[in-house]
Amino acid sequence: MTGDPIYTEMIIEYSKHPSNFGEIENPDISRHDSNPLCGDSIDLQIKINDNKVSDVKFKGKGCSICMACTSVLTEMIKGKDLNDIKKIEKDDVLGELGLQHLIRTSPVRIKCALLSLKALKYGIYSYFVEKMNDEKSAGNLKEEATNLY
Amino acid sequence: MQTAISIETIRKDFPILQRKVRDNKSLVYLDNASTSQKPIQVIDAINNYYKNQNANIHRAVYALAEEATEAYEKTREKIAKFLNIQNREEIIFVRGTTEAINLVAYSWGRQNIIKDDIIVTTEYEHHSNIVPWQLLAKEKGAKLEYIGIDDNGELILDHLDSYLATGKVKLVTFSQMSNVLGTITNTDEIIKRCKKAGVKTLIDGAQSVPHMKVDLSKLGCDFFAFSAHKMLGPTGVGVLWVRKEVLETMQPFHGGGDMIREVHKYETTWNDLPYKFEAGTPNIADVIGFSAAIDYLNKIGMDNIRNHEIELTKYALDKMSKVKGITIYGTNDITKRGGVISFNFHDVHPHDVATIIDKDGVAIRSGHHCAQVLMERLDVAATNRASFYVYNTKQEVDALIGSLNKVAELFKL
Repeated sequence: MTGDPIYTEMIIEYSKHPSNFGEIENPDISRHDSNPLCGDSIDLQIKINDNKVSDVKFKGKGCSICMACTSVLTEMIKGKDLNDIKKIEKDDVLGELGLQHLIRTSPVRIKCALLSLKALKYGIYSYFVEKMNDEKSAGNLKEEATNLY
Repeated sequence: MQTAISIETIRKDFPILQRKVRDNKSLVYLDNASTSQKPIQVIDAINNYYKNQNANIHRAVYALAEEATEAYEKTREKIAKFLNIQNREEIIFVRGTTEAINLVAYSWGRQNIIKDDIIVTTEYEHHSNIVPWQLLAKEKGAKLEYIGIDDNGELILDHLDSYLATGKVKLVTFSQMSNVLGTITNTDEIIKRCKKAGVKTLIDGAQSVPHMKVDLSKLGCDFFAFSAHKMLGPTGVGVLWVRKEVLETMQPFHGGGDMIREVHKYETTWNDLPYKFEAGTPNIADVIGFSAAIDYLNKIGMDNIRNHEIELTKYALDKMSKVKGITIYGTNDITKRGGVISFNFHDVHPHDVATIIDKDGVAIRSGHHCAQVLMERLDVAATNRASFYVYNTKQEVDALIGSLNKVAELFKL
């Protein structure tokens, strides 16, 4: 399978040993999302301190693409300011794993890859709007999440 | 193989089986439980209707309309013969199994199910035999109960007995063959017990009718539903059969043209059976295509199809069980299993498996197969599923095995 551009060592490694897998007590953001077509299902939990991600964990069942992309995303946001995290785009996640081609080659599997980013954007949106009463900071996050794929 | 049929000859009738996919790989189509491929005879029949006979049916008096009506109604006769149905007016054309079950839930269900009644289904049902009953149960304050499955993937009929003992069951609804496990339901036994309790039965025949001989006169159920597209026919056509005594008590499903006798400003009288349940212009072209599919199946013979699939499934189960890290679901008893094999690799997600073997041109299904209740029971998010039909070969099973070995290697199982 050396010619397969999806199943790299890195993806298989992440799928076997995902990063930040688990649960957080009393998270500030808790978002569940799933992929009705293939049954990927994740719960993303984030602890916020001073507008920064002090901890992030996820649990769930999913394919290796979903597990790898979610792992990478959690690594990317840990310790970061929410205003920076808001700017994360598809290619930032896909690029980390060399999966940018999925947008072009696999309209089905792109949903696995971006499920966690969608959950993250929704989660931060809810956090700003519902917890912080701050519609302005929430910006377009909800639309971005809805239109992600 | 003890079949009198030549698979190579059959394959030549299916244009799509000749095509290449991905990097010029031969297509190995093993998703027949989802939908079957169509022989040229079916494609030609649909073409011919649009080219030469296209007209609306049942009304106009000109030549085309007569021809179209005849071709459409002839399909009903063929279905009656195919399933040994005595009354052609018991056969209602619908869009598919899903619509057929919804019709029963809406029409018979709303008339007959009341608060605290019990509707019994099973843990291995397709969503189409769960959700319509959930909707009905919620509307009426009725209860939906499940016959569980054992570790062989067979129904635990003791559960049925305990539900029947409450005296509150109005309907037992189940598939004749599981679309995930391939389990062939002990239909006779269920119907026997339900009849004794005076309970109506509905059979989802979507997976069984395409693959084995079904005799509705012998079965003794009250409702039977199946789809054309899983049996070499086109999508968008299915059949609901209802025992006449029951059908005669049922109110219409859809209102509109063709289902009426007389319409006045505030009152309408209904057309005869089965037309009372076929409102609007039906899917004429595809019903005619379905007719060609039944001809094709009859030509091969349903027993030959079943035997071929038994042979293939045995071969596949034996080879697949030797692939590293694989778990196969369902019974090993081939007399109780259709040509459907669901499996998983440890913790490798089925979508990864399907994507990897798709590169080799092997098409299997991955996901929950519209059976999330069963996925919960098996405690998995999803499975891989290979499912066979009359045109599949041992060489194709070998191709599947080759690709599965690659998955095992890649994920270091």
